[in-house]
Amino acid sequence: MKQPFPFSAIVGQDDMKTAMILTAVDPGIGGVLVFGDRGTGKSTAVRALAALLPPIEVVKGCPINAATSAECPDWAELETNQTEERPTPVIDLPLGVTEDRVVGALDIERALTRGEKAFEPGLLARANRGYLYIDEVNLLEDHIVDLLLDVAQSGENVVEREGLSIRHAARFVLVGSGNPEEGELRPQLLDRFGLSVEVRSPQDVAERIEVIRRRDAYERKPEAFVKRYAKEDAKVRAAIVDARGRIGVVAAGNAILGDCAELCLALGSDGLRGELTLLRAARALAAYEGAKRVTRKHLRRIAPLALSHRLRRDPLDEAGSSTRVNRTVETVLA
Amino acid sequence: MSDTSWHLAAAALDILAVDPAALGGAVLRMRASPDRDRVLAAFAPALPLRKLPISISDEQLMGGVDLGATLAAGKIVRSSGFFATPCTAVIPMAERCAPALAAKLCQLSDKGLTHGILALDEGIEADEALPDSLSDRLAFHIAPEGRRPRDWPKRPAIDAGRPLAADEAIAQLTLLAARFGIASLRAPLLAWQAAQAHATLQGRAHAHSGDIELAAALVYPHRATQVPDADTPADQQPAPEEQTQQDEGTSDTQTALPDTEMLIEAVAALLPPGLLQTLGQTRSARVAKGSGAGKLRKSNRRGRPLPSRPGRLGGDARIDLIATLRAAAPWQPLRRKHQPDRTGLLIRPSDIRTKRYAQHSDRLLIFSVDASGSAAMARLGEAKGAIELLLAEAYASRDHVALISFRGTQAETLLPPTRSLVQTKRRLSALPGGGGTPLAAGLQSAMTLAAQSAGQGMTPTIIVLTDGRANIALDGSAHRATAAEDARTVARAIRAQGTESLVIDMSNRPQPALQDLGRTLDGGYIALPRADAHRMTDAVTAALAG
Repeated sequence: MKQPFPFSAIVGQDDMKTAMILTAVDPGIGGVLVFGDRGTGKSTAVRALAALLPPIEVVKGCPINAATSAECPDWAELETNQTEERPTPVIDLPLGVTEDRVVGALDIERALTRGEKAFEPGLLARANRGYLYIDEVNLLEDHIVDLLLDVAQSGENVVEREGLSIRHAARFVLVGSGNPEEGELRPQLLDRFGLSVEVRSPQDVAERIEVIRRRDAYERKPEAFVKRYAKEDAKVRAAIVDARGRIGVVAAGNAILGDCAELCLALGSDGLRGELTLLRAARALAAYEGAKRVTRKHLRRIAPLALSHRLRRDPLDEAGSSTRVNRTVETVLA
Repeated sequence: MSDTSWHLAAAALDILAVDPAALGGAVLRMRASPDRDRVLAAFAPALPLRKLPISISDEQLMGGVDLGATLAAGKIVRSSGFFATPCTAVIPMAERCAPALAAKLCQLSDKGLTHGILALDEGIEADEALPDSLSDRLAFHIAPEGRRPRDWPKRPAIDAGRPLAADEAIAQLTLLAARFGIASLRAPLLAWQAAQAHATLQGRAHAHSGDIELAAALVYPHRATQVPDADTPADQQPAPEEQTQQDEGTSDTQTALPDTEMLIEAVAALLPPGLLQTLGQTRSARVAKGSGAGKLRKSNRRGRPLPSRPGRLGGDARIDLIATLRAAAPWQPLRRKHQPDRTGLLIRPSDIRTKRYAQHSDRLLIFSVDASGSAAMARLGEAKGAIELLLAEAYASRDHVALISFRGTQAETLLPPTRSLVQTKRRLSALPGGGGTPLAAGLQSAMTLAAQSAGQGMTPTIIVLTDGRANIALDGSAHRATAAEDARTVARAIRAQGTESLVIDMSNRPQPALQDLGRTLDGGYIALPRADAHRMTDAVTAALAG
């Protein structure tokens, strides 16, 4: 398998890149939803992010990527204390995936051939401490969506079936992509995503040409191309690691909290998740940019990402919800 | 024209054979015929061709445990995936390929594991086609028209044209894609790959202008969403000018411009007929098939459990362990005799039982009734009668009925989805008439209700009864043109939502505007100028069944 396209070589699509970096800085933001046309680099960006992220320390052979042997589930039957470095997992959840493969199931082969009751971990186990990527999330079967909602919310995967009773940690960042023309996403699932981004193919011809040029260079000599951007990628990685360390000390004053609440009130977003995500993401952005405190500038940048998918959708509004958010931001933060 | 399409088909297949991995593959849209066999025979990629049936299971596609062999051997036998042995995949009946399979193939193709996919699309209707996600990744769309020319696959020599620098060629192709309104950036990339492959085929080290022209003609026409305005070349002036401030690559694009004109003509000549008509229409029927909430009658996931059935594991089937063991139990002594050295249960693939569930999906008929002054006088009584009759039927077939009336300036949900006969009769008899015709508002309410009920697992159908003289816009203003435009907008939204619909024209003379509305909704249209309640019920029942 060839190396993924370098993250920093992606032309434009700043919103998408920022959103993904922010979830890397603070996984608690709760995932990114990327909606847009085909062939705009959605999948490319997710796969590039995987290669960009710093590796994680895991117990050797642990099926859920636990950091210490204490966190390793007992069904894994691991005896070792040794840890190893693994790249941050980015797990693809394809359409039409079976429930068994997502949550894990009784290991049928072992059960039938050896008569043993064993658990075969699913995709959720492998995605723990990493990313779960769903392409065409809007076409996903309802029962899988329900499952994911529950696990994404609780951070724990509970399997109660076929005589098994097993639970394990499943904390992951959900990254979904899709084309809104082919189907809407249920509001419940929309709400679970922390940030949402609308991507469009670049309207500027020069930018489009640059995309094709880079892609062509990559197709022809992947190694050389990846090498060319390795330095840039390393810079982004260092900034992410740095921001992770500093996010705890970034201050958010009362004025900023007030701004968050006012924004959400003005937009009429349901629940308090809007405010919380807005604040968390703004703080992550401030940390990433090296600021000491969250300012209105950060809020302005984050508001469309954090709030546009939480509005009541008007099916006849052609303008799109991010325009509505921007308009409100201008009046509230004026 | 038909000869050209055949020659293009030959060119596409030749190019695809050069570099199937980079080009993704091709869609061959033809019915099964001797002609298609000839086309396939002419396709000779370096790797062997292998059929990939659309019913392929996950284990076969991605690799997994071979259950039959595992049970027979008593130890785990893994099978390798479809693409483990390099081959060019041929997908027969590709128009019936499920979005799930397409998604998995896209994933494999993105990871660079596929070596070209030739999708044999036998679709007849425009809606029957390979899922867009996959067809976007395949470079060519081959649809030869008419009969095969006698001397095919010999094709006219292509003028090499002048040599082009790679940068200029890429700029040209990108610009061209933009002018045809092709949003996906895969298109220019694939075209560029195709041009290079064709150059290789012709023994040239670099792509010439002839290669570019051919590649554009092969990759762009079926992706185009707009026809470039050839009459107003002034249109394109601003774009390059904007670039002057941003990019040094401007010189490329500007020298490319005259050439692009020629290319545009070449591609425009090949645009599928009827492109202009289909523009602006949302493609319906194909929306959100994956999330088929409500429509699924039998499933193996949710709903009331049914007796389990013998079946094969794999794909999305779930094993019913108890039933499997029960099926295997009587055979144990016999099998033990044959395999005395094996421990544990001896289970054969034929013992496997899989779970099944039935999910009842209720149909919901949403009546959106025009109670305006113009309609009220003549037809409201009949509409009421028809709804009562349908409701009586629904009582037997377990359908739900909802009622929305629109009059004056707004629509009102008189009856939320219900099966209650008494309640409906009471609300119906109280249905007042009079006022303007806010058709758009009535449609909008029906749409909202349909979306809600679909979320609750029902299968909604919208039935609009109106005399068609929409005169109140969505914002409540009395303006005929705006009202009609609003109605169309909402109808498009309903269509995009994938809700089935039916327009019943109850005016004295059939209204062309309502026929249009039926078309926009992609639903049925019935003109019932002099119907009584019984005839209307029969018509609705017939239309819904068909």
